[in-house]
Amino acid sequence: MRMEQMYQEVILDHYKHPHHRGLREPFGAEVHHVNPTCGDEVTLRVHIDDNGDVADVSYDGQGCSISQAATSILTDQVIGQPVQQALKVVDSYSEMISSRGTVEGDEDMIGDGIALAGVSKYPARVKCALLGWMAFKDAVVRITSAEETKRTMGNRSAGNGERHD
Amino acid sequence: MTAVPRTLDVARIRADFPILNRTVRDGKPLVYLDSGATSQRPLAVLDAEREFLTHTNAAVHRGAHQLAEEATDAYEGARADIARFVGVEANEIVFTKNATESLNLVTYSFSDDRFPYHVGPGDEIVITELEHHANLVPWQELARRTGATLKWYGITDDGRIDLDSLELSPATKVVAFTHQSNVTGAVADVPEMVRRAKAVGALVVLDACQSVPHMPVNFRELGIDFAAFSGHKMLGPSGVGVLYGRYALLEETPPFITGGSMIETVTMEATTYAAPPQRFEAGVPMTSQVVGLGAAVRYLEAIGMDAVAAHEHTLVGAALEGLGAIDGVHIVGPTENVDRGGAVSFVVDGIHPHDVGQILDDEGVAIRVGHHCAWPLMRRLGVPATARASFAVYNTLDEVEALVAAVRKAQKFFGVADR
Repeated sequence: MRMEQMYQEVILDHYKHPHHRGLREPFGAEVHHVNPTCGDEVTLRVHIDDNGDVADVSYDGQGCSISQAATSILTDQVIGQPVQQALKVVDSYSEMISSRGTVEGDEDMIGDGIALAGVSKYPARVKCALLGWMAFKDAVVRITSAEETKRTMGNRSAGNGERHD
Repeated sequence: MTAVPRTLDVARIRADFPILNRTVRDGKPLVYLDSGATSQRPLAVLDAEREFLTHTNAAVHRGAHQLAEEATDAYEGARADIARFVGVEANEIVFTKNATESLNLVTYSFSDDRFPYHVGPGDEIVITELEHHANLVPWQELARRTGATLKWYGITDDGRIDLDSLELSPATKVVAFTHQSNVTGAVADVPEMVRRAKAVGALVVLDACQSVPHMPVNFRELGIDFAAFSGHKMLGPSGVGVLYGRYALLEETPPFITGGSMIETVTMEATTYAAPPQRFEAGVPMTSQVVGLGAAVRYLEAIGMDAVAAHEHTLVGAALEGLGAIDGVHIVGPTENVDRGGAVSFVVDGIHPHDVGQILDDEGVAIRVGHHCAWPLMRRLGVPATARASFAVYNTLDEVEALVAAVRKAQKFFGVADR
């Protein structure tokens, strides 16, 4: 029963048929995150458009069903959102995942992410569930801090701010 | 002396390990198959530590009171027991924090100009692709510090050191390798590796973490120069590791961590150092842990390492057969139970090792999943990670069956069972 709770159908669906997978252009930042304890890895690109909306999140990587499904769910939840709203979604999800089962999660915010609530009871898997989400947050920070630098330095050059790590 | 191998009474042994009686995940009997990561400890080890701490605890090698004398005797007595266990003299055994520190001590010597065998540009350090990060990263760092070149033996597809993959040369100054792989379970051909190293005048360093707890090992007979192993993988406490060094070589080895206890004379200008092994044991050492490790080797000796090895060989055979019989399960390592120890790695088609481990855990079966601190090996084998069952003297054939049944259950759960 515990395992059915942890590996809900929706998680296995995302795992077997991931959404938005593959690396695409254009993008404002590309990051590579690994889980050093298990070797799971994700390369993730974020494109923020001129309106400040998350226009695309594309990714590639390998890992367990939890890390792969969580990343697929992330893309569903943040693509099309204004950046600030997307970051709120990430915070809401992180809070639930890190709560050891004490925070139910807000389905309106995190959508299918609610299915990962069971994972929060297994501390060893929390990093799996956060891998893609933390990569997204990192990429957004890189884009926004690059833009910040550009603004403060009055540099209006048209580079796409591409960053590799 | 009789040549009849002792057989071992697993039920009696298990009674010495109270933790094996506990249940996990709502009442499932614990099936502990992760001794390659850390082993459980028998009451004899816990009792020895408690006895020491409740009767004789004091700082060793300092002080003239009775407790200090008794504590020093207990500490040095354990050193003698551990030395006997691996076939060497007591003054060739150095206590460290763990095997990782032991290997770092050795690698730092090779970059110290006081060490007659120190390396530099043009020299070669040879390891293997099979190594645990603990016997890999310190050698990379040594190469970085000194400008020496790091080379390595490749491995065969079934996870053994490929002796044809590299020729040693007169530039080879040191060859370091694992006695038994913590991932594939392959046992190295130590005599042949030593023969090749000696032929070019290189020193030999053995990572014995996965061999000493599971089979009779005699460092003197193996002809190696340095070896490292850890207490907590051989029924002993954590916080204590062992470095073996040939005494003549230890005498030529400069200190690594310096401070109190390891000196001969100290002035404001200069210091001379104590003879080995004290030279390498700076500060007040971990004492009850060493005493506990002494109890662990006496416990293993009482069972007999030949009997331990025979028992684990049976378990490995059963695991290879049981897992090998499941469609979609692939052993990562030798499938033949020859020169093979108790680490059995495997992958399951269609299920990531983490997910395999999660379902096994739910069945009470504790295994290790991940890259096992051997990331280059994972890449070479073309797998992101593996699931690994590892055995110790207290495991049973019933537990092997539980492992096999749990893997089948995982296949069913994820819908990849053979139809």
